[in-house]
Amino acid sequence: MSTAIALRGITKTYGDQIVLQQLDLEVAAGSVLALLGPNGAGKTTTIGILSTLVAPDSGTATVCGHDVVREPDAVRRVISVTGQSSAVDGVLTGRENLRMMGRLGGLGRRGARARADELLERFSLDEAGDKRVAAYSGGMRRKLDLAISLIGTPPVVFLDEPTTGLDTRSRQSLWDEIRTLADAGTTVLLTTQYLEEADRLADRIAVLEHGAIVADGTAAELKARVGSEVLALLGADDEPMLEVPTDGTLAGLRAALAALPADATGSVALRSPSLDDVFLAVTGSPATRELVDQKG
Amino acid sequence: MTALTAPAPAALAPRATPLSVTGTFIRRSLLHTIRTPDALVMAIALPVMLMLLFTFVFGGAIEPGGGYVDYVVPGIILLCAGFGAASTAVDVANDMKEGIIDRFRTMPIRAASVITGHVVASLVRNLVATAVVIAVAVLVGFRPTGTALDWVAMFALVAAYILAITYLFAAIGLAASSPEAASGYGFFLMFLPYLSSAFVPVDTMPEWLQWVADNQPLTPIIETIRGLLLGTEIGSSGWMAIGWCAFILVVAVTLTRILFRAKAGKR
Repeated sequence: MSTAIALRGITKTYGDQIVLQQLDLEVAAGSVLALLGPNGAGKTTTIGILSTLVAPDSGTATVCGHDVVREPDAVRRVISVTGQSSAVDGVLTGRENLRMMGRLGGLGRRGARARADELLERFSLDEAGDKRVAAYSGGMRRKLDLAISLIGTPPVVFLDEPTTGLDTRSRQSLWDEIRTLADAGTTVLLTTQYLEEADRLADRIAVLEHGAIVADGTAAELKARVGSEVLALLGADDEPMLEVPTDGTLAGLRAALAALPADATGSVALRSPSLDDVFLAVTGSPATRELVDQKG
Repeated sequence: MTALTAPAPAALAPRATPLSVTGTFIRRSLLHTIRTPDALVMAIALPVMLMLLFTFVFGGAIEPGGGYVDYVVPGIILLCAGFGAASTAVDVANDMKEGIIDRFRTMPIRAASVITGHVVASLVRNLVATAVVIAVAVLVGFRPTGTALDWVAMFALVAAYILAITYLFAAIGLAASSPEAASGYGFFLMFLPYLSSAFVPVDTMPEWLQWVADNQPLTPIIETIRGLLLGTEIGSSGWMAIGWCAFILVVAVTLTRILFRAKAGKR
């Protein structure tokens, strides 16, 4: 398997603030990598460097073998980016947006027309296709944004927090689209604050904190780092009050039970570790779910 | 981890020619113009109202014998071009604010062409507005005497002026921190016609103001239009008008390039 995206020793600072510090990362062609991290971890800057918008201070980054600094034009021909802020034209209709981006992406007039219709149908936007984008809901905008990214069938797609601020149903349908994309062999690098999203979509997960990768592996490998089971002490309303990771052996379970307070009452449960546990274990801080909801 | 293998460069997608990119952006900006007709109405309605105001309200006092409409129309034409071009600042500022400019910049195209699109749309919009203003002027008594060639020369000069001032507004749009600020900065440029020979002859002004009016770009442009349409003396105004337009255009285009690079450049 060849490498589609490679970052080596990438450092980026803004003033005296270090955003990325000697970042190393590789994404195999045709795979989905989720870059997981809280706000300010450097996710957007990483996407910015790979999409030729941000110049790194040092290190090298290549996409499909093209260096982002020396051959930005070649890189732009193999990528597409869906950024955090919506990159659609609100005055135009969805169909006009798609056609415009198709033309800019090098399709002929007829080709752009056909591709626009095809994508509108695939993303269930055909009914809204002739409405102005300003009247779209957040979820529809995001879908159109993603559809625009796919207009030229690029081999590498960057998605910067694709589902942030979306309701559950829109998120679900966007996930399906990303999955379809990955199944078709597109290399996807997506950033997210949602552990569930990384778990659902990614072949591999890299946890980014303070500009460096602190953990990297499949969801199963990362979960294995926090033990194979978690012992939870449940309160009166069945909410976990205390959780202790165990290794799944009898001795481990005994040790975990011994770690519970001697005067604890109530019931206990064993469960598989979630990525939340992983995040807590590798970064020392809980995942930032609440932050996202407030922002959205 | 994946085994380290030499990354193979992927096949490159087809790319749009610079001409088709610019054409696509012009189409986009023209669609914007059609979809936001208030800008077009504003660009035509306001100068027409000013013309009516000057002709019917002030005209009698300024030139009791009538015929003020002939004097004021050349100035109104330029006023109209100014109003219509000002919305370019807001269009450009809007594009820079939204994520769409980042998308253009991650595509294998010259992203600055998006500004060319706005400029060409402004040119079309303003020439249409100019034609409407002249038509209304004729309805209220404007009696131009120019030949067909004079008219062509007049429209060419007006087009050059629109181009120059639109680029200036594009630069303002790039320099402004927000679309709201962009529309504010543009306002002072709207003031220039009042300090020129647009509404009253320069020699009726106080001496210090005469110096300002004589040496600002609009006076020679207005005198040239007046000469072409009504046969008044053009003199050195013609070359001065062309010179001013060329000068403003060169400065504004350079400024636009620098500002675009700074604003949309590498972060």
